[in-house]
This record gives sequence, structure tokens and C-alpha cells, in this order.
Amino acid sequence: MIYFELFFTFFKIGLFTFGGGASMIPIIQQEVVSNGWLTEEQLLQYIAISESTPGPIAINMATFIGSTQGGIWGSLLATLGVVLPSFIIILLIAAVFTKFAQYAGVKTVLKTIRPIVVGMIIAAGAYLVVTAIGIQSFYSMSFDLLSIIITAILAVIMIVYKIIFKKHIPVIAFILVAAGVGLITYVIGG
Amino acid sequence: MQKFKTLLSLFLTYLKIGLFTFGGGYAMIALIEENIVNKKQWITKEELTDIVTIAESTPGPIAINCSTYVGYKIGGVLGSAVATIGCVIPSFVIIFAISMVFDWFMSITYVQYAFNGIKCAVGLIILRQGFKMLKSFKKNLLSLICFFIALVGILLINFFAVDFSTVFFILAGAVLGVFIYILDVIKKKRKAKYEKVEESSQPNSLSESKEGGNEK
Repeated sequence: MIYFELFFTFFKIGLFTFGGGASMIPIIQQEVVSNGWLTEEQLLQYIAISESTPGPIAINMATFIGSTQGGIWGSLLATLGVVLPSFIIILLIAAVFTKFAQYAGVKTVLKTIRPIVVGMIIAAGAYLVVTAIGIQSFYSMSFDLLSIIITAILAVIMIVYKIIFKKHIPVIAFILVAAGVGLITYVIGG
Repeated sequence: MQKFKTLLSLFLTYLKIGLFTFGGGYAMIALIEENIVNKKQWITKEELTDIVTIAESTPGPIAINCSTYVGYKIGGVLGSAVATIGCVIPSFVIIFAISMVFDWFMSITYVQYAFNGIKCAVGLIILRQGFKMLKSFKKNLLSLICFFIALVGILLINFFAVDFSTVFFILAGAVLGVFIYILDVIKKKRKAKYEKVEESSQPNSLSESKEGGNEK
């Protein structure tokens, strides 16, 4: 049963991820946390690992969640699920609807969806920030002072880097810095 | 035999590409350009650009879309399967291995503290990604309304733990897009009809002035 659920959930995720890996986060958030597969805290950990390893975040999340929920078969089915919609649609376009981009309405639909996807990603990001601080929902709030401080420090680092180097700090570097900041709190806290 | 050799080479090339793609699909495109366009010369740069445009417009991770399409161009359906599988295997193996030791890994105190910091970074990374994408759409009344409804909607759903599908937002957007497109078509047809009517009323005035000239 879990195998079907994994496959179908990730098939759905793969089908509705438009415009890059980040856009799957809001959908995964809902599907996976409401399914009870992961807690908010675990979701953050999984995303961190998925961002730090090779491969698209979508695939990594599928493999990871599939594995912890259903072993080797779980990870295979989840990964297959998330890849299949892309694979089928692209094949259809490559082999049959080669003039896809020029088909009536495609551009308009994509143009309309884009701001929606951006809004969803920003909302997902904001919510993840807030979760890390301890606010999970209206019904379960706490304020973790340490996390608030760490988040503020990291935000400052991110902004300062951009100002000094004119480009964004690479994701992996930022994660390592964050790990460092986390470890420092251990040293200080003792 | 030649076909098999090409497929094998495609598979191995994608294995390598999949292994070194850090930070998302766009990094993969750079690797594809280096290995497949420049080194192997299986497709041209222009073809790759076309493929990327499509990959960005279709659902799914851009990395997979790209791999499938490039694989198809090089070796048909088999090629697309081989490329996609090759690209997915490295990350699959790595993540699966990590998942097996994850519990043990997270039980190490140092790791726990490190993740205290890392969990604060994740939201910031996603937020940044979102802000980067702000310039990817034209700001008009409609797009801004869509943006804010999606933004507020997702925030409320999460904060109040409401059971409302996020997928709905995308579907609604698609339906809206189709609706707008139909409106556009109707507008264009009306415009064309109007211009046609304008044209057909002009030849009369032209011939009148001609006659006037001749009479003189």
C-alpha cells in the first residue's frame, strides 16, 4: 500500500512542478507533512541534504522520502513516480508535438502560471523560515531564541555576501556556513 | 552495434553529468553543453537552447526534461530512457546510502548542532530563490493579483494547517491562462474584422477623387 501511495504522491508532485526544483517545495510540504511521512523539522533536514548532494532537489527528495518510508522499493517507486510525468511529456513533445512551444495558448498559460509559482515559492520559503524559529502553525507556536538569532545571522551573511561579491553565495557554501554557525552555538552553549 | 555503442556512451556521459550536477538544473545545462555539445558534438548549441526553452515550460525538474529530450535527439526513445536513467542513478545511489545511515548520522551530537544552524538556512535559501524569480514575470494588475493570492494562500494554508490542495493554485492558473488566451483570440478576430470593414469603405473615396481630377 505504501508503495502505491509513494508512487502516486510523487507522480503528482512531478506533474505539478513548474519552473524549477524550488517550486516543488510548497507541494511537497503539503503532501508529505500532511501524510504524516515527515515532521516539519525532518522536512528541513531532508531539504538540506537534498540541496547539498548532486542531482535535482526533486529527485533527491523523492529518493530520500521513498527510502525512509518504504525501503529500497519505496525509493525506487518514488523516484520513478517523480520522473515519469516529465519523461512522458517530453517524449510526447519531442516525438509528436514538436511545435509545442508555438501551439496556441501555451505561452499564455505559462505566462499566467509563472507569478503564481513565484508566489508559492516565496510563501514556502517564508514558512520554512518561520518553522525553523519554532512557529509551526497557529495552534503550535514556540519561540526558539537561539534559532531566531542564528536565522538573523545567516540572513545578514547572505545579504552582505551579495553586496560584497555582487553574486549570491552558492547554496552548498551557505549550508556549510550554517553548519559552522550551528556548531559554534554548541561550543558557546557547552 | 553502432547504436549500442552510442547508447552506452550516452549512458556513461549522463552518469558523469548526473554526478556533478550540484545546485539544480541550470548547473546541469552547463555540463551538458560542455560534454555533449562541445566534447561529443552530438547536438549543436542552438539545439540545446531550444531544448532548454521546452524544458523550462514543461512540468518536472528541468534536469530531467533536458536529459530526456537530449537523449531522444541522440538515440530516439531508447536514448531518452538511457540518458534519464544515467542522470538519475548517481544521486539515487548517494541519497539512498545517506538515508540508510541517516538516523545514526542525526544521532551524533555534533551533527545535531550543525543541523540547528542548517535548518535555519534552508528557508532562507528557498526565500532567496523566490525573490530571484520575481523578475521573471511582467508586473501588471493580473500577474500581481495572481502572485499575491498564491503567496497569501499558501501562507494561510500552512499557518492554519488547512487541508487545501496547493496543486489547485497551479490548475487555477492554467484555466485562467486558457481563458485569457480565448479572450485574446476573440479580441484579435474582432480587430481583424474591423480593419476589413475599414478597407472595403476606402476604394470608393479614392475613385471619387480620381474622377474629380479628370474632370478638371
